[in-house]
Amino acid sequence: MSATTTTSGTPVAAGTAVPTATAFAAARRRERRMLAVLALLALAAVAAFAFIGIKGNWEFALAIRFRKIATMAVVGVAIAWSSVLFQTVTGNRILTPSIMGFDQLFVLIQTVIVFLFGALALATADPRLLFSGQVAAMVGFSTLLHRWLFGRRGRDLYVMVLAGVIFGTLFGSLANLAARLINPNDFVVLQDSLFASLNQVDAGLLGFSALLIGAMAAWTLRLRHRLDVVALGRDHAINLGVDHAAVVNRALVIVAVLVSVATALVGPITFLGLLVANLARQLVGTFRHGVLLPAAALIAVITLVGGQLILERVFTMDTALTVIVNFVGGVYFIALLIRESRR
Amino acid sequence: MIEIRNVTKRYGEHAVVDRVSLTIPRGGVTSIIGANGAGKSTLLSIISRLLPADEGTVTVDGMDVATTPTERLARRLAILRQDNHMPVRLTVRELVAFGRFPHTGGRLTAEDHRLVDEALRYFELTDLADRHLDQLSGGQRQRAFVAMTLCQDTDYVLLDEPLNNLDMRHSVQMMRRLRRMAEDYGKTVVIVVHDINFASCHSDVIVAMKHGRVIAQGPTAEMMTPEILGEVYDLDIDVHELSGRRIGVYFA
Repeated sequence: MSATTTTSGTPVAAGTAVPTATAFAAARRRERRMLAVLALLALAAVAAFAFIGIKGNWEFALAIRFRKIATMAVVGVAIAWSSVLFQTVTGNRILTPSIMGFDQLFVLIQTVIVFLFGALALATADPRLLFSGQVAAMVGFSTLLHRWLFGRRGRDLYVMVLAGVIFGTLFGSLANLAARLINPNDFVVLQDSLFASLNQVDAGLLGFSALLIGAMAAWTLRLRHRLDVVALGRDHAINLGVDHAAVVNRALVIVAVLVSVATALVGPITFLGLLVANLARQLVGTFRHGVLLPAAALIAVITLVGGQLILERVFTMDTALTVIVNFVGGVYFIALLIRESRR
Repeated sequence: MIEIRNVTKRYGEHAVVDRVSLTIPRGGVTSIIGANGAGKSTLLSIISRLLPADEGTVTVDGMDVATTPTERLARRLAILRQDNHMPVRLTVRELVAFGRFPHTGGRLTAEDHRLVDEALRYFELTDLADRHLDQLSGGQRQRAFVAMTLCQDTDYVLLDEPLNNLDMRHSVQMMRRLRRMAEDYGKTVVIVVHDINFASCHSDVIVAMKHGRVIAQGPTAEMMTPEILGEVYDLDIDVHELSGRRIGVYFA
């Protein structure tokens, strides 16, 4: 897309006075059409992933594939929505929650476990315990960070983001240090666990995660109109009667839970959020979260399922999903930076 | 009526707004004038709850702005700051429609659509309705933002330097529209304005601030005197009567 291309607004010739009711109805139709297209694409990706190249026992193969699809759907929604929410409350399209050090904290926790108890502990620990511990630590960290910085009536979101970046670096350095101190065999096990992977997801954990993310999604949807207003910035939001601080606080709690669950479930997928949130904004061309959120979720599912499909069928599992997603996401990120700087 | 009682706002030791007490009457246009850093914008932000006061209270028709639920205030009072950075890409129509949010919570009815159309017409934005804000000139943008406050349908409209970045023609048009808005809809319009002659020609009441305090206030004719203006701006200002209006001359 070139720099001059505008989003999908119907060009209205100057001088024609369209009533607002008509104009908005047309916009809603356009948004619905785009969502329908995305839903079809997502369905096609899911169908392709489920049925291409099945050999032997269908029942067995489908059970495994559908569990993977369910994992990708849960993770996709979590990452997509956390990124959209984070961008809305920070008013910045280039930030994603991963900048707040969530990924690094995950890496640190895994590394410290291996460092203290050995690789065997990581491999044999009760996955539920590990999962709950990780989610609790990550939500706890973000809440603390946020309380600490917002408690003093400092309403500067950027200070919080900056602190998040610094903590992220700190966690990353600590994890690096610990990784250097453990023995090489343990390190190999550790490194494997740090790549996002859909292969060892426990069914019970998946159900629990789906429940948590479903609850957060419902909460987000209830906030969707207020989020539209918060996206205009603090002053406009307050003028329009939205308790800006309260909505931002809620959104950040939701973001913390979503990111923590997704990361604890499959590992860090850095660029997915950025890719998905911005593609959604570009494709639906609206600020309305009632449309933006479902669109972002569908794009996330298309990306993850499509990426995994390519991974399994084209690269025959020779690489990791994160490698593909981060490659595509990284290229997109650079394109986005160049485009924004040309504005 | 907006009542301001003993309001103080400090940044560190420095009081930007210093024990201000002021009553802004209902109806008409009230202009707040003063030199840079006199505390005009800060006062306007405090009245509109964008900034909390360190001391003192502000009430709008008896509602304390610090404690009244923000959505209730949003149906009575609209505020427009001077820098309207917009992180979201909106069309003029979408922006104006946001003005209905305090009344609808985001679900627009046929009546809301009608009010959006009316606000667009009132500010002659109908032809630009489906343009994006970043495709407009400064004057058109400013009009779109003021149209949003009209659409918000509040008794009070507070505008911080609505003439910022406007050329002479657009400034005059904007002031005329604000004047008409006050008359047609019975609104109370409060503006911070730098040009004393615009304040003189279009407002009913002038409030003069200096060093964080209100040093004079009154009907426009009484305020447009060399003594008061000289005191406000620390500048020799001649005031002449030209075709029935008091004009301050300070250019030479």
